[in-house]
Amino acid sequence: MGERILMKGNEAMAEGAVRAGCRFFAGYPITPQNEVPEYMSWRLPEVGGFFIQAESEVAASNMLFGAAACGVRVMTSSSSPGISLKQEGISYCAGADLPIFYADIVRGGPGLGNIAPSQGNYFQATRGGGHGDYQVIVLAPNSVSEMANFPRLCYELAFKYRVPAMISADGILGQMMEPIEFDFEPIDPDTLPKPDWAIGDATGRERRVVKSYDLRVGAVEKQNWERNKRFEAIRTNEVRYQLEYEEGAELIVAAYGSCARVAKSAVMMARSEGLKVGIMRPITLWPFPTEVLNELAGRVENILVMEMNLGQMVQDVKLAVEGKARVHFYGRPAGGIPTSEEFLQKIKEAIKGGPVIPIDPEDI
Amino acid sequence: MEKVFERTRGLTEVRMRYCPGCGHGIAHRLVGEVIEELGVREKTICVGPVGCSVFADEYFNCDAIQGAHGRGPAIATGIKRTHPDLVVFSYQGDGDLASIGMAETIHSASRGENITIIFINNGIYGMTGGQMAPTTLLGMWSTTSPAGRKAEVEGYPFHMCELLSSLEGATYLERVAMNKAANIIKARKAVKKAFQTQIEKKGFSMVELLSPCPTDWAMPPLEALKFLEEKMIPYYPLGVYKDWEEKVEEKEPEKVGVEK
Repeated sequence: MGERILMKGNEAMAEGAVRAGCRFFAGYPITPQNEVPEYMSWRLPEVGGFFIQAESEVAASNMLFGAAACGVRVMTSSSSPGISLKQEGISYCAGADLPIFYADIVRGGPGLGNIAPSQGNYFQATRGGGHGDYQVIVLAPNSVSEMANFPRLCYELAFKYRVPAMISADGILGQMMEPIEFDFEPIDPDTLPKPDWAIGDATGRERRVVKSYDLRVGAVEKQNWERNKRFEAIRTNEVRYQLEYEEGAELIVAAYGSCARVAKSAVMMARSEGLKVGIMRPITLWPFPTEVLNELAGRVENILVMEMNLGQMVQDVKLAVEGKARVHFYGRPAGGIPTSEEFLQKIKEAIKGGPVIPIDPEDI
Repeated sequence: MEKVFERTRGLTEVRMRYCPGCGHGIAHRLVGEVIEELGVREKTICVGPVGCSVFADEYFNCDAIQGAHGRGPAIATGIKRTHPDLVVFSYQGDGDLASIGMAETIHSASRGENITIIFINNGIYGMTGGQMAPTTLLGMWSTTSPAGRKAEVEGYPFHMCELLSSLEGATYLERVAMNKAANIIKARKAVKKAFQTQIEKKGFSMVELLSPCPTDWAMPPLEALKFLEEKMIPYYPLGVYKDWEEKVEEKEPEKVGVEK
């Protein structure tokens, strides 16, 4: 804490996880997240932790399932196609109420797509991601500093509510370097209380079972309802966002992650031209900042959602707004990175009530 | 009066749900007895599979985890790497181990993960109702090879002990059968040796147990035992395929390439 250092996003996140007590990482190479397993491969042994390069993403997520069942702070990271494969193990962790932390350094898709920055996995992340009725906590950093400090928050929330927690970022945040400061002292996991559900040495206690199945009639439904109480508590207690310049705003821009950095520049340019524009950046994509948007919608006529996809978060914004404001959208999918000038133009279209013209693919 | 025999503490008292004549009950008992005999019950973790033995977590009297189909060795890896002093075994059927989990099986063996795999080979998918398994014999009927398995259509069955024996990381591999008392006694010795291999930190161990499945082979239990003896054992020869106690000495690998 206190020391200001220059770090690359992916490495800052890996170091942040280690400082937050991560002691097991299972991964598989995929661009643009390779710095994470590379960093962990030498860093974890330094603190008595374990790194393993798995034979596949599927195996990696199941290794996590095993280590997490023992109460270890675990991590994996990947990028879009790899995260799809990891959904098997993640769903089992969700079904067995195991806290895990993982990161998706999103690339363009669908399919193999490309390795360019994208926000195309918003739906996948905020709707659970794998099979079954569950949610994962999704944090969306917009700086290397947040990449470094969010792993601690992920572990804290994952263990508090016994759910998976993830960071959703992209190649911009993963690859760029910025000066950072860790806002917490390193955590020694050996000093943390051993969870009363963890399997391991059973000497002197009843045996324990970690599982996601139960074939007795009604048993899994009851489990789902119990889990839903925790989801409700997360929705009530854990919403995080950043709201700026909303005072007297005629238009609110909603954007997250690296896209919010570009959007913020456009908002500043608009304000310097005298336009009354504010910006709302969701930090938790799930739980989504529904209430604040609903409240803002009562005060502004227009909300402009900017994303690096074909329009995913905009659906959550519309649900939040309940028709109380006009919701506009501008986005670029699969590696299309909008410029602040491009966004400024869209702000000007939206503040007049629209229409907000999408990009002509011929102009790409 | 002197007690000469009692229920093993390695198993719970939950009544097993296996069909009459099924081999799982015997295999469970052997593993339970070995865990008890070696005095490691409280340090043992059972990794349960998907298949007929999905309820393994209810039957083995130790901590247990039940995971995804075929991923037992990966789950066991996560536990064992972070807790080297626990005894971790993955109990798997042939579909689990040799089909959907083939990559996990081969890679955990190749890495020399210090875990034990109890592999039940009955040549059929039991839980789902008798579909073709990677170890279904040529000519054998199943619900998805209704004309009998043909090499030119469905390919050849896998010989897992032979396949894994080519890997340097595998340290103990044995195939046994559960068709008669003499073979079951040998099976028990093999299971014990596999657990000892792990306890002595020698590396990856697997016991393949040829096992009868009267229900999905569609034959009475006695006929199933005959089928096992006459058809399965000749195709899957019994014996030790790898044994660390007979291992030739290994050389420290040379460092090659550029160190960065």
